Amino acid sequence: MHVRGDERHRVTFRLNGRERSGRAEPRMQLCDFLRHELGATGTHVGCEHGVCGACTVLVDGRATRSCLMLAVQADGRSVETVESLAGDEEMNDLQRAFREHHALQCGFCTAGILMSCHEFLGRVPDPSEAQVRDMLSGHLCRCTGYTGIVRAVLEVARARQQANRRENDACSI
Amino acid sequence: MKPCAFDYYRPQTRREAIDRLIESGDDARLVAGGQSLMAVLNMRLAQPRILIDVGAIDELRYIERRDDHLAIGAATTQAELLEYAALADELPLVAQALPWVGHFQTRNRGTVGGSIAHADPSAELPLCLATLGGEVVLETRRGKSRRVAGADFFQGVLTTARRPDELITEVRFPLKREGHAYRFREVAMRHGDFAIVALAADIGESEVRLGVGGVADRPVVRTLSLEGDLDDALNHLAWSLGAQDDVHASAAYRRHLVRELGRRLIVEAPTFEQQAVEESADARARR
Repeated sequence: MHVRGDERHRVTFRLNGRERSGRAEPRMQLCDFLRHELGATGTHVGCEHGVCGACTVLVDGRATRSCLMLAVQADGRSVETVESLAGDEEMNDLQRAFREHHALQCGFCTAGILMSCHEFLGRVPDPSEAQVRDMLSGHLCRCTGYTGIVRAVLEVARARQQANRRENDACSI
Repeated sequence: MKPCAFDYYRPQTRREAIDRLIESGDDARLVAGGQSLMAVLNMRLAQPRILIDVGAIDELRYIERRDDHLAIGAATTQAELLEYAALADELPLVAQALPWVGHFQTRNRGTVGGSIAHADPSAELPLCLATLGGEVVLETRRGKSRRVAGADFFQGVLTTARRPDELITEVRFPLKREGHAYRFREVAMRHGDFAIVALAADIGESEVRLGVGGVADRPVVRTLSLEGDLDDALNHLAWSLGAQDDVHASAAYRRHLVRELGRRLIVEAPTFEQQAVEESADARARR
């Protein structure tokens, strides 16, 4: 693949399960492409150099800083953003727990944190508090002091574990 | 900020990448995971006219156990290495150090070769490579390749022995040696931030290879005798690094960390006999 610097290249990928397409110069970051080309403004852009974690999305299921990735690099892949979490009317369990535990105030960092938690809980279904804090070290939140976020993530992990157990029990009857 | 405009190439093979690199000369930068370079581009600290993305070259993504080393393709991500099941058995030092490399969100894209190529003086993988006596494999036109010892590869802040027409294709870490203990310790403002001091130790029966990152302009490795005065040797090492004051820590604090963490790292490591006992207990438990 070769794209000239002043050329806008067609970039196509699956965004939250639907194929989406737009045009991007090589230098366009994935976060700007999501927001300005595709209108998916759920992803927020903070520091633009990979430190704050606000722009975190999943690329092929992996939490990724979308300011450290070019739109052209996402071509042909699968991208999930915070818009994928809620159903048509209801927030998902993780989002509800964030609300209940005051895990956000201004909400600017929240979209990225939710996406990290989303991947993390898939891989570590029964995390310790230390593991949750380690996962959150890749994010900056200046409102909450992180305590509410840690509580919310641990509660969701516990609830999902319980639900799984109930399901397994029901299957074995 | 946004990067300056650049032409973007994404070769599918390393041959193609090297040809493109030679053609482009000084105007080009290589990118793999981009977890350091993209930040540099965004801040316009570098303004290359051409970006060659080697992150999509499948033949550079592998982890292979060979006779005496683990060979890692340059475009293998740090997350893939951390998930390699035998890592703790084969490269215990790297297994301890990798969780300190950035955050899981950056390890998902950051590559092993990229971290070596970037040569940040506080980076963990260069420190491990130098401490263990590993090698970097570089390839240039017509498949010609050479190997450079980790200790010689890092030449200063963000400066390596890579020539402009060379691509890092593989990084080789020597496998764990019987009877050796491996320890890694780091102090940073937050977990995942740049190391103020990082220490890596390969502890044998009578001597220890101790690597220090984050203090000098590159990882520094010294062999210390376990039979002499350890505190004296650590103090000598701490003063030899040319530590500087900066916003993160004073030079005196860095020297203190080298002495104190160095001593703990070496003294707290299990002795040869203890390790043998632990291993046989493990084996019994597994049966």
